Amino acid sequence: MIYISLVFLSLAILFSLIRLLKGPTSFDRLLASDTLAIITSGLIVLVAYLLERVIYMDVSLVYALLGFVGVVVVARFLGGDA
Amino acid sequence: MRQIKGIILLTIVLTAVWLLLTGSFAAEELIVGGFVLALSLILFRRYYELFGGLRFSLKALALLPAYLILFVWELIKSNIDVASRVLRPSLPINPGIVKVKTDLKSDVGKLVLANSITLTPGTLTIDVDDDFLYIHWIDVKDSSPEAAQTRISRRFEGLLKEIVE
Amino acid sequence: MELLGHILILIGSIFSLLGAFGILRMPDIYNRLQAGTKATTLGALSLILGVGLANPAFLGKSILLILFIVLTNPISSSTIARSGRRADIPMLKNAVVDAYAEKVGKTQAAADKKRSNRADADDPQTAVKEANV
Repeated sequence: MIYISLVFLSLAILFSLIRLLKGPTSFDRLLASDTLAIITSGLIVLVAYLLERVIYMDVSLVYALLGFVGVVVVARFLGGDA
Repeated sequence: MRQIKGIILLTIVLTAVWLLLTGSFAAEELIVGGFVLALSLILFRRYYELFGGLRFSLKALALLPAYLILFVWELIKSNIDVASRVLRPSLPINPGIVKVKTDLKSDVGKLVLANSITLTPGTLTIDVDDDFLYIHWIDVKDSSPEAAQTRISRRFEGLLKEIVE
Repeated sequence: MELLGHILILIGSIFSLLGAFGILRMPDIYNRLQAGTKATTLGALSLILGVGLANPAFLGKSILLILFIVLTNPISSSTIARSGRRADIPMLKNAVVDAYAEKVGKTQAAADKKRSNRADADDPQTAVKEANV
């Protein structure tokens, strides 16, 4: 069951990557990279569970944090109120 | 008064986060945590007012779980809604941006309301402006601020008014 | 408990997949945000809770991660939507109403006009003409 979940998550990453490449505006790419960050941090949690390393949860937390800060900063910059 | 409330609340939240993060009560961890807590409290002076908007009462504490349950239920409903829209070949959408009036006065109340609206079926908060929220609605039914308030935010506001000022 | 955790993980991954599919399929940025935010939030929430339930050693940190994602994900999509609207990214042609235009002071028509002007300026021939004048 876990392996099916891994396949689904990989497919989700593939879809977001397609949107990231297609655009058409920079906001679409930003949205795609935001989604990518959330799905990837979920994937890291799953990997942490499979390898039984609690420390990888911290990696996931930091990844989600950096993704959030990056997206907000770039969005505000593009919106013209940096 | 609001400042003191903000400091107490921040201390409780940050301590809880630190304990969950380190997962131990060892003396060294607690000492480092104390330093980090002091540093955060100094750095976030500007936001004491914001957190002071929350109410300190038994009733508010009791209603918090009720709000969380309502929120999760709406989140699940909105996901089923989005999934059914995405999977249908005809892609049934009827989008628009509407203005919604809110009765909440404090900033933290508006923040929680805006976040809740974003995660409920078919709505996405775009901007907050004094007493009005601008909301992107995937299936517009009513475009006047009062009617939209009844449809979108009424179910949260009743509970939220008891929790925040 | 482990089985329940695994079921939650599966549900979470299904919702993540649906969210990514929604991003791919919806016609404009605002609708994509709608599909993307909700589905990935519930997806990540369910997946991480599933991991926390399946192995109690992960529970504390998974709760922290869930709270963080639920608090920040709506904020980042609201910020993207707000900036997009301010940068005049147009909505769909069949959008019914746009109450935000009166606040920003720009209507959909103005946004379209601005866009076509910009397209003209990018056209090399017009640029050459303007340079000659």
